Amino acid sequence: MSKLTLKTEGDTHVIVTRRFAASPEAVYRAHTDPKIVQKWLLGPDGWTMPVCDLDARTGGKFRYEWKHETKEYGFHITGEFVELTPYRKIVHIERMFLPQQTPDNHIETRFEPDGSGTLMTMRMTLPDEATRAAMLSTGMEKGMENSYERLEKMIPAGGLRMETGK
Amino acid sequence: MNATENLDAVFLAMADPTRRAILARLAKGEATVMELAEPFAMTQPAVSQHLKVLESAGLVVGRVDGARRPRRLAPAGIDALEQWLAMLRRGMEKSYDRLDEILASMDEPKKRKGDRR
Repeated sequence: MSKLTLKTEGDTHVIVTRRFAASPEAVYRAHTDPKIVQKWLLGPDGWTMPVCDLDARTGGKFRYEWKHETKEYGFHITGEFVELTPYRKIVHIERMFLPQQTPDNHIETRFEPDGSGTLMTMRMTLPDEATRAAMLSTGMEKGMENSYERLEKMIPAGGLRMETGK
Repeated sequence: MNATENLDAVFLAMADPTRRAILARLAKGEATVMELAEPFAMTQPAVSQHLKVLESAGLVVGRVDGARRPRRLAPAGIDALEQWLAMLRRGMEKSYDRLDEILASMDEPKKRKGDRR
């Protein structure tokens, strides 16, 4: 009963959608204010983001570095903002370092009013099919460590979160 | 193989990003070792080695077609890929669940004026 959807489209796209019980203004701000991004863009439990530099301007750059509370290794992402339309749209390019550099991922994120909340649609474009396959499989690495037990138990991680029908 | 042993074999097979990428490629349709090696910039023996692990975990099967031996995803391979996608999804869900909490604490003061409650 997840609010998040993730699917592939064509050979090179990945589409992610998610609803939030907050205004597009707030959701946009949470994606462009480094102090806020640092608090939530952490993936599975156990990860923190000690470095979160973000310059939310056209042509501005960002750098996110993650580290795990017990693992030796971490990874980072760098990127540039291509277009920012306040509260509606962010277009950026990013690449992950694991530590070797992975190909650029071109991402367009839209925030649309949806009732009293926001519908976010993220459309990722990878250079080719093999890169997309590799990206999907590599991104999952992060989720792996703490997922073995969950796989067996099949307990939904976040449980059921109700959309409040304000 | 009992269920736990099989799960171990599947996890071992899936632990490698290249093998997961090979599975993702095979999800698009069957392919030969040569076809698999090309986009991943790998040697054919390296691909064959990965395929061996995937086959012994029951994730990939092959067939003989003259001189070719195309591989395809076994049903278990499809399940395994879906599991991985579910994990990626779960990682993102974790992030967005955190964001929900942050939004709950930051959004409302800004929109007092239009507050419906």
